[in-house]
Amino acid sequence: MPDASHAVVALEGVGRVYPTDPPVNALVDVDLSIAAGDWMAVEGPSGSGKSTLLNVVGCLDSPTSGTYWFEGIDVSDLTDRERTGLRSRRIGFVFQSFHLLRYRTVLENVMMAEVYRRHSRGGRKERALAALDRVGLTPRSDFLPMHLSGGEQQRVAIARALLGSPGLLLADEPTGNLDSATSARILDLFDGLHGEGLTIVMITHDPEVARRAHRRIHLRDGRLEEVR
Amino acid sequence: MKLLRSGRRTSKVPLSGITPVDLADEASAGLFARPGRMVLTVSGTVIGIAALVATLGLARTTGNRILGRFDELAATEIIITTKAAGDGSTQEWLPWDAPARMERLNGVVAAGDLTYVDTNGALISTSPISDPSHQTEFDLPVQAASPDLFRAVRAKLSTGRFFDRGNSLRADRVAVLGSGAALRLGITTVNQMPALRIGDDLFLIVGILDSVGRFPDLMGAIIIPEGTARADYQIASPETVVVETQIGAASLVAKQAPLALRPDNIAALKVASPPEPKRVRDAVANDLNALFLLLGGVSLVVGAIGIANVTLVSVIERTSEIGLRRAIGATRFHIALQFLLESTAMGLLGGIIGASLGSVVVVGVSALRGWTPVLDPLTPLLAPVGGAVIGLLSGTYPAWRATRMEPVAALRTQG
Repeated sequence: MPDASHAVVALEGVGRVYPTDPPVNALVDVDLSIAAGDWMAVEGPSGSGKSTLLNVVGCLDSPTSGTYWFEGIDVSDLTDRERTGLRSRRIGFVFQSFHLLRYRTVLENVMMAEVYRRHSRGGRKERALAALDRVGLTPRSDFLPMHLSGGEQQRVAIARALLGSPGLLLADEPTGNLDSATSARILDLFDGLHGEGLTIVMITHDPEVARRAHRRIHLRDGRLEEVR
Repeated sequence: MKLLRSGRRTSKVPLSGITPVDLADEASAGLFARPGRMVLTVSGTVIGIAALVATLGLARTTGNRILGRFDELAATEIIITTKAAGDGSTQEWLPWDAPARMERLNGVVAAGDLTYVDTNGALISTSPISDPSHQTEFDLPVQAASPDLFRAVRAKLSTGRFFDRGNSLRADRVAVLGSGAALRLGITTVNQMPALRIGDDLFLIVGILDSVGRFPDLMGAIIIPEGTARADYQIASPETVVVETQIGAASLVAKQAPLALRPDNIAALKVASPPEPKRVRDAVANDLNALFLLLGGVSLVVGAIGIANVTLVSVIERTSEIGLRRAIGATRFHIALQFLLESTAMGLLGGIIGASLGSVVVVGVSALRGWTPVLDPLTPLLAPVGGAVIGLLSGTYPAWRATRMEPVAALRTQG
């Protein structure tokens, strides 16, 4: 049984069935424990259940069976609103297609991370600038995203995810839209963040990318296997 | 485990939320991301609200306008006469100091009296010699006036001067000619001190009138001082008192006049004062108004559909933004709130601009037609509220659609 009180993420017998006809077993009996400071890659071909795992771990979706603890909190027991609050404050998301708002500057995009935390605006700009500094984009803070390269845009998205020091950085194919050189720099950045103690879970279909992580798990037909 | 779980359950999980300032900020950023589109979207509401405000305002304005043109001269004039004495009663007379009494009343600008002088058929001439080839004697009316009458009738001189109080007190034989009378008598200037004769009495001509604002008959008359007329023609009492009042004071002065002039017998006097300005108070049942109201209503519906349409397009376009917002902590409620706020703001903006335009139309049309613009103060105040309600209603369906989006699916779209 995973140690629910110390792991950042602990899944116990988690299953997710989509009620289609016939039902799809996207996740079957998944046990997984991610400790604080882990730098883990989740691999698997498309249709293997990667996205479902991401949604469950990211508190975007609830498992249909089993139990999920996030930082010791039983998430399956939470209401939708509570899950949203947890997600807002404790999980930083990074997506394949960056999801930056086109009409807002880099700085405003990063500041948006705090909008749903009911924070006062005092110090928000400074916090966002500090996050931009961590990804090395301070000189670009007044640019619009469209004037940045793909790698820079992804670093803005990472800065947004870092705002408010989340317990988990959840990256969904973060290098999927980038060339290999740029991908390498993003992964270097992840290495650096891992070195600062951040817990990172990255979902990818690319073994080359997954190799950079310190721990790799493989999903196949909704079942989990650890890659040693 | 159960215990631990429930313990964790009640230990607080921080809920997500958004401060009003942040919500307003997010909504306005959403609106102004595409200013051109927002302007086009808002224009339907602008037209609808403007049409409604203009129609209501113009209906009110035409309903309140004063019939005919406002006549400043007529509105400041009071004429007091004795009642036509059918029974030959001696009760009906005006005091000789009537102008002085009237001028003591508040609101009176000038007052003078005027009396027709019966010359017993005496003819007027400027030449002592009868010239058989020309007409030298004329039958012209002679009027006696107090010196202040000239001010009260707004007389202007073309040459010379008016006679004054001294002339009247001394019963000087002086005369002021109306321009018509002067023309008939062949008098064009008073520089050489021309004289005229009424019957056998010689009068010095001191002035010739250029125009009068009231009593145009004076232009064809010989006007002599009232003191002279009393001495020479034994007139018993002034016939008419002419009063010029300040604007708006006429009806009050008219009420006070009989008491000031004949406190002993107020019924003896007839006071002619200007009528109260008449207003047309016809209902808004006008066909044209109904048509314009209908037009405004239709534009509003079209405007509402426009807002709904654009907001819906915007919801679909911003699928990835919605997904992101859900991921970083927005609940369905927050998403709905933002889109409702955006559409309501568009409606409100349309309402404000429309109300302003409508008011400008009311003022502009009134200026062109010379009407006084009248607008119910509630109309321009309620119009923006109406616009906001329209925006809110049109945003309902798109906002609902936005809340239906699953964050996972929304995030998978390219953004």
